[in-house]
Amino acid sequence: MTRRGLDKPLLAATAGLLVIGLATLYSAGQTDAPSAAAEIWRSQVVWLLLGTGAAILAFRVSPRILEWVTPFVYGFALLLLVLTLIVGTGAGTAAGAKSWLAIGGVRIGQPVELAKVATILFLARHLGARRTAPNTLWELMPACVIVGVPFVLVGLQPDLGSAMVFLGVLFAMLFWVGVPAWLLLLLASPVISLLLAFSTAAWGVWIVALTILLLWMRPYVVEGLVVWLTNVTMGVIALELWRNLAPYQQNRLLSFLNPEIDPRATGWHILQSKIAIGSGGLAGKGFIEGTQKRLAFLPAQHTDFIYSVLGEELGFLGVLVSLSLFAMFLLVLVRIARRATDPFSSMVVFGIVGLFLTHIVVNVGMTVGLMPITGIPLPFFSYGGSFLVTSCVCIGLALRVAWDSRLSGYAEA
Amino acid sequence: MNWHHPHAVTRRGELGRLLVVVVFGFLILAFFRVQVLSSSRYRLQSEENRLRPVRIPAPRGQITDRHGTVLAENVPGYTVALIASSGDSLRATLGRIAGIARLDSAQIARTLARYQRRPFDPVTVLSDAEFEIVSTLEERRAWIPGLVIQSEPKRRYPFGEIAAHVVGYVGEISESELNSDAFRGARAGMIVGQDGLERAYDSLIRGEEGVRFVEVDALGRTVREAGDETRLEAQPGNTVRTTIDIGLQQHVAEAFPLGRRGGVAVMDPRTGEMLALYSSPTYDPNGFVGGLDPAIWQVLSQAEDSPLLNRVVQARYPPASPWKLVVASMAMKRGLVGLGSQMPIPCTGGMRYYNRYFRCWRVQGHGVLNLAEAIQHSCDVYFYQLGLRLQLANMLHDVGELGFRDVSGIDLPNEIQPIFPPSTEYYNRRYGPRGWTNAVTLNLAIGQGENAQTLIGMTRFYAMMANPDGTAPEPWFVEPADVRNRRRVGLDPDALGGLREALVAVVARGTAAGARVENLRIAGKTGTAQNPHGPDHGWFIGFAPAEDPQVVVGAIVEFAEHGSAVAPLVTQIITRHLYGARGASPRALDVDLDVPADSAPQPLPILPDPTTRRDPTRPR
Repeated sequence: MTRRGLDKPLLAATAGLLVIGLATLYSAGQTDAPSAAAEIWRSQVVWLLLGTGAAILAFRVSPRILEWVTPFVYGFALLLLVLTLIVGTGAGTAAGAKSWLAIGGVRIGQPVELAKVATILFLARHLGARRTAPNTLWELMPACVIVGVPFVLVGLQPDLGSAMVFLGVLFAMLFWVGVPAWLLLLLASPVISLLLAFSTAAWGVWIVALTILLLWMRPYVVEGLVVWLTNVTMGVIALELWRNLAPYQQNRLLSFLNPEIDPRATGWHILQSKIAIGSGGLAGKGFIEGTQKRLAFLPAQHTDFIYSVLGEELGFLGVLVSLSLFAMFLLVLVRIARRATDPFSSMVVFGIVGLFLTHIVVNVGMTVGLMPITGIPLPFFSYGGSFLVTSCVCIGLALRVAWDSRLSGYAEA
Repeated sequence: MNWHHPHAVTRRGELGRLLVVVVFGFLILAFFRVQVLSSSRYRLQSEENRLRPVRIPAPRGQITDRHGTVLAENVPGYTVALIASSGDSLRATLGRIAGIARLDSAQIARTLARYQRRPFDPVTVLSDAEFEIVSTLEERRAWIPGLVIQSEPKRRYPFGEIAAHVVGYVGEISESELNSDAFRGARAGMIVGQDGLERAYDSLIRGEEGVRFVEVDALGRTVREAGDETRLEAQPGNTVRTTIDIGLQQHVAEAFPLGRRGGVAVMDPRTGEMLALYSSPTYDPNGFVGGLDPAIWQVLSQAEDSPLLNRVVQARYPPASPWKLVVASMAMKRGLVGLGSQMPIPCTGGMRYYNRYFRCWRVQGHGVLNLAEAIQHSCDVYFYQLGLRLQLANMLHDVGELGFRDVSGIDLPNEIQPIFPPSTEYYNRRYGPRGWTNAVTLNLAIGQGENAQTLIGMTRFYAMMANPDGTAPEPWFVEPADVRNRRRVGLDPDALGGLREALVAVVARGTAAGARVENLRIAGKTGTAQNPHGPDHGWFIGFAPAEDPQVVVGAIVEFAEHGSAVAPLVTQIITRHLYGARGASPRALDVDLDVPADSAPQPLPILPDPTTRRDPTRPR
């Protein structure tokens, strides 16, 4: 195996992100009042070594074998998710959610991370086997079921933040297989209705637009009716549902999105994160020097809010560099997906794009108040073994696809 | 067209790239807005205007007795705290308010020390301020930077010293307690239970404190309250209902001989419910509320009679004659004797064992007795021989099975373990392999020697005697979530019944005959533990009614001379419990008695190591 076949831009972007991520994680542990978090960067390095091994393993597996073994991996992942619901344990501040599997009291991992990869693989197998893109809602059903089962299982933990990632993966892969945009919009319409229902005017506009869209695109009559009625129902019940909740229940629903964060303190966390990032300014307060971080004003600063640490200490320039690296990383993955030699590989890599894109946008957006608070980690930055290993496996898979396409001479250079 | 056709894929690839670029461009724009355009505003908030969290203490849950009478509650109180930017400014402010708040230099020094430990939290100056002081300070708020006055629920114990040892008291958490498992989730400066049920059920009673945020400027002056969306309300703690009967507890406290030291435990033998627990001398837990006056603590902790000590669970006494029933039950379980068995040597006021003479408490002797009569008259000579028949090794083994080396498991903190040698190795180590003889068996047989038990442990054993099946649960004040393990004496119902009859005879005709009550069959056992420091300690443990025991009462009175004097106290408590406050309460007969004075070697120290308790006035 020659090293010439390895995709150097992907390796470079990953390495760059890992270096910045580890440095930020180290800094996040350096607080005025010493805490256990000061040493976690060491265990992150151990996880990284483990992840590198897993990546090499993933790289060595032929996509053909992978395609064959996919149903078993998917089944195993679902089994673990069900098991987690039954015997799962909480962890740290998120003791309320059952998201960990433990053997003999030792927490060994979060099955949701395996489920993410398994779902990408299985969806790629299903869509890759099709000759043409699904053209009706009915044809989209199998794909929705493949994603829906782990989505519901994870949502029951309850960890709605992680469940959302599955939706990101689903839409990315449907887009890549060429599902028309209007069909994707119809698929997403009930959720849009639910969200827009809080402003009657916005919802009215949406329903009119949806009606026009349905008349224009002319799906099957039954499908069209189902979509339209679902939207109307969502719009009607959403507000009633919300109003019937006591304030503490509303808060609990908000915290449902992220069990890691104290359900009573969401406003405080966003404020502190924005103060940290904003006070960083153009050049930042200097590595390790962030005052918000040092005084432990930031919540979960080594996991969910780690990007606020970077924003405070390295400033807008640091944000620019790291976000550009993330963008470059994703663009390289898109290129690999485009040049893949077979449909399955192509779908897998684009599923990985969807996975990382959702994680990055939701996490980074949360720290500046663009997104609601959810507990999903930032790739290569947030402390957490399961997700780091998963990310490494994804990169191993992508490297293999790139390698195959170069050897086949299909791609230039 | 096939979806994987190169043209189609290339087109969507371009679209995908565009999407990524747009999304990241949007993110970067958002950061640009926050970090560059609004940077000065956030920088101000971060560097000059600091939000300081001010804790909202949670009201502790109530503690009630079994009928719902409140034993511990909250009344409104005020704390005065300061937010300071540096030690010097705090010192200046303290100096300014010292006159109003009546602070002495020691209090100022303690406040400064507290500030050094947690400089970002408001530092408490007065934890239980009078309204007058609070209003004066409030008037001069402009003149006192960083002043935070907060209404804070204050603990009050309506029954004061009557139930002090059961309910306990509260105080500020110490550094070592912060790191202990018992106070998981507690924060420095928090008020937590320090003793009694307040401590044992602290996690239940404590509640969850809230927080509000106060914006302060660089000089520590309060700028304004932060918005309501950042405020977290405190969640009050749970009410804890105990099994205490406060009426009975009051009766026990009144009936206990004034000025004497000792303890009383009243327990329902069937369920393990503790109906009353009293230790004398006692103290007023209300004196601990709102920070302890060092002078009071000095007096309480160093007093010769240790009022803070719970003599029911934290003191060990030689079990003396009540122990004879333990020896009898062990011997009967092994089938060595029956209730009618007699011993070869009749009691002539003592017996010779090798070259030593072991006396019976009754100089005239008891003559020939069987086991039941020996219990009734507490004959030492009989039990010397029973101990020899049982043998030391068997005794050491069976005692462990009955739980006399373990704590009783009562839900009060800091219960001490009884002392009983684990094996003959103990004697080899202490006296050398040839330095001791079988004579230790004789001492152990009558409850003296290397044996020191807690009152609660002995009371639990008599609960086993009282229950028809010969078992007893762990004693408790607050209903446990899981089923507690029951100890088993392991005798058949006939043997138990016989022993019970012998105990009834103790009260009816034997050493406690002076405590007889008309129409009520009380079973019990007196005891006298020799004390080298002065008059002996008196024991009495009894239960009633003998045919269907509903209550078991253990009592010990230090320097009471002998157990017979304690017996009337116990029978009074039993009648009070069975017949109620206004029920028929036949007075105990006042009869002169033979005084048992069991021979005994050196007793073990009664008081535990004083270092086990902490001094809250020491800097932490």
